[in-house]
Amino acid sequence: MFYRNIDEGKVISQEEISSGIFSLWIKNEGAKHANAGQFVGVYPNSKDTLLMRPISICETDASEGKMRLVYRVAGKGTKEFSGLKENDSVKLLANLGNGFPVDEVKGKCIVLMGGGIGIPPMLGVAKALKGEDVHAFIGYRNKDLFLSDDFLPNCKVYIATEDGSVGVKGNVIDALKASTGLKPDVIMACGPMPMLRAIKQYAAENGIKAYISLEERMACGIGACLGCVCRTVKKDEHSHVNNTRICTEGPVFDAEEVDI
Amino acid sequence: MNTKVTIAGVEFKNPVMTASGTFGSGMEYSQFVDLNKLGAVVTKGVSNVPWEGNPTPRVAEVYGGMLNAIGLQNPGVDVMMERDLPFLTKYDTKVIVNVCGKSVDDYIEAVEKLNDSTADMFEINVSCPNVKEGAIAFGQKADALYNITDKIKRVSKKPIIMKLSPNVTDITEMARAAESAGSDAISLINTITGMKIDIERKKFVIANKTGGMSGPAVKPVAVRMVYQCANAVKIPIIGMGGIMTGEDAIEFLMAGATAVAVGAANFINPKATEDVVNGIERYMISHKVEDINEIIGCVK
Repeated sequence: MFYRNIDEGKVISQEEISSGIFSLWIKNEGAKHANAGQFVGVYPNSKDTLLMRPISICETDASEGKMRLVYRVAGKGTKEFSGLKENDSVKLLANLGNGFPVDEVKGKCIVLMGGGIGIPPMLGVAKALKGEDVHAFIGYRNKDLFLSDDFLPNCKVYIATEDGSVGVKGNVIDALKASTGLKPDVIMACGPMPMLRAIKQYAAENGIKAYISLEERMACGIGACLGCVCRTVKKDEHSHVNNTRICTEGPVFDAEEVDI
Repeated sequence: MNTKVTIAGVEFKNPVMTASGTFGSGMEYSQFVDLNKLGAVVTKGVSNVPWEGNPTPRVAEVYGGMLNAIGLQNPGVDVMMERDLPFLTKYDTKVIVNVCGKSVDDYIEAVEKLNDSTADMFEINVSCPNVKEGAIAFGQKADALYNITDKIKRVSKKPIIMKLSPNVTDITEMARAAESAGSDAISLINTITGMKIDIERKKFVIANKTGGMSGPAVKPVAVRMVYQCANAVKIPIIGMGGIMTGEDAIEFLMAGATAVAVGAANFINPKATEDVVNGIERYMISHKVEDINEIIGCVK
């Protein structure tokens, strides 16, 4: 399903689904070919901003050729995107990165973990694994949930909030530990680095295979500039050093292979 | 209409090259750009052995451009010769290998290995602001630049281009040092050392603290330096710094550059190099320029 192009996308709809979190549906060619866990580069129009903004694909409707991006307004680029309206044009570098290995984990007990703005790509994974034994643990700061209802038709859902206002008080690992009897074979996760570090450690201690999606500031998005690397345990095949390109070899890595 | 230019006996089908470090070895961008349309691909800097580069974050956007402190991560010259140069020979474009090092011996070792490769020329990076040892230390003092240019010139079987840093008091001194030591050409500018601070986190945005600034905002500085150097030396100049369009490239040519390189623009528009080639041709047609060489250095 490799697809790589500069897509001229068209906005279908956009809404603010939680404070500062926007859900943007776009019609574009890349939507027909995306893997769960891949991302796109969205180009701002303003001359104040030059580089594409890497945003994970939340979900796609391949038959309709549309993709959903759920992002947090974090700076000038995403602020501009939040003003996009129906029928606006949007230029995308699509599709980027590898995505989660969903075909390899079928038939297993699969735990998905998403924290904060790391939740959106996990929805696409849940949809790709619909009908499998999938348990999604999603973590929020407080009761301002988003996307939680979208997971429900696809898998079992467990919610954690830092303040305990909904679900288990604490993070997604606390929620997993509270679910006695659940013994995952595989964890797939996206979220802030402290969460991913904790998942890597938890998976290693419990003999669970873990795939984690990393993020880093990037420029080209296609593996040329070497801006977005992460440390690796073994020498990387492309770079021949212990650094690998998150945009190209990632963003999804076997947790054992990265030194985070 | 003639778009061919010649530097040190090497003929380029047009004056548009890629700026080292922004285009890998061409493989990634070949998805977007027909490499056959380019005058040359200038590879990312390669050293005698693999380099790990700097910690992340390595890149940041700034107004009108970006900062980078990649730190010349590269797989080393052996991998370049086994993997990257054979890939590039499939294309009808010239290949310039950018060479970096931490000591004179590092540069010499890499150049000697590359001597029998398919590379057409070497660009010697003595101006990267993001590595602590070597590199820029050779590019900020005229006598050190003379010394390393002389030593590389003695072993190199291909023409060499010394890539100059703008982070100096007088770039013409550096251009003259490179020329008098026998450099076949010079290229400029490398990035301008910059800094960005995240005022919310009270931290440097780039892990290396400083990074090299590139992008459209640096273009007037680069055009000025190309003009100064063109008036100071007789060897050809490859001009770069913020080129986004054919019109930008024409400015550099008029300032005295024989060729130009497109850098940060690749990140902003993956087809930028090809767009610059087309933009130059459009300018030539609309301004009835028969030969690109007519406009090189035409503004005195």
